[in-house]
Amino acid sequence: MSPFFVITGIVTLLGAAFAMSLRNLVHCALAMAVAFSGIAALYLQLDAQFVGFAEILVYVGAIAILIVFAILLTRSGEAPEKSVLTSGWMAGIAVSAMVFTMLGWAVLNSSAIPKETSPAPVATVRNVGDALMTRFVLPLEIIGLVLTAAMIGAVIIALKEDSQKSKSEDGGQQ
Amino acid sequence: MTPLQACLLISALLFAIGFAGAVTRRHAILVLIGIELMLNAANLNLIAFWRFGPHPEALTGFIFVLFSMAMAGAEAAVGLALIIAIYRHKKTSNLDEVKELKG
Repeated sequence: MSPFFVITGIVTLLGAAFAMSLRNLVHCALAMAVAFSGIAALYLQLDAQFVGFAEILVYVGAIAILIVFAILLTRSGEAPEKSVLTSGWMAGIAVSAMVFTMLGWAVLNSSAIPKETSPAPVATVRNVGDALMTRFVLPLEIIGLVLTAAMIGAVIIALKEDSQKSKSEDGGQQ
Repeated sequence: MTPLQACLLISALLFAIGFAGAVTRRHAILVLIGIELMLNAANLNLIAFWRFGPHPEALTGFIFVLFSMAMAGAEAAVGLALIIAIYRHKKTSNLDEVKELKG
């Protein structure tokens, strides 16, 4: 385990913790971008270069921008006066601590985890493209369909709904 | 501790942080950020098992992460569209005030 790995892990976890605990939503979005960049660096160290760069493109690029736009459109940029936590937050923290304890215990004591490290696999863009176009071509088509359906659905959900209402009101007045 | 266990511990902690945020925060956008963190923890697990597993040349875990990221993108787009629609309807994005199914 190299020191660089430890440092990126700590940066990722600190970014995630700040993203979930700061009061101002814009700061939360920035901390989330830091956490996603740390995860991309972890992918790069795990010999998954393509996934690392896709993570930067999709999460640090698209989803962070999308979340900043949502903060802008819902006018929640400034920190709220009231409490930012729900009423039952202690139970939530307790459950998540229990989840982490169980997962950590399972990871440290499992016999299914291989002890020896296999040599670094070759996952070049060429190999990934070959696999996507031959063995995984049906899932690729389905994911394209799902993405198209989700984009159309998102646009329809977020459309202004008062155009129909105002039309019917105009009709009533006339 | 092997490198695989280190990766799994990092992703377990990431999952716990995301879960705690998604359960305890009031703002809808922060709940979505928590869900994204949990999804990323699962992706990190998949990549770690792909890298240190017995057959990394099959690329299965790798491709699974690519598809899972595409699904996460679709989910984030629909989730943010729902948050904006709810904000336009109720003028709030505080989840404690959105508790009726009937608009």
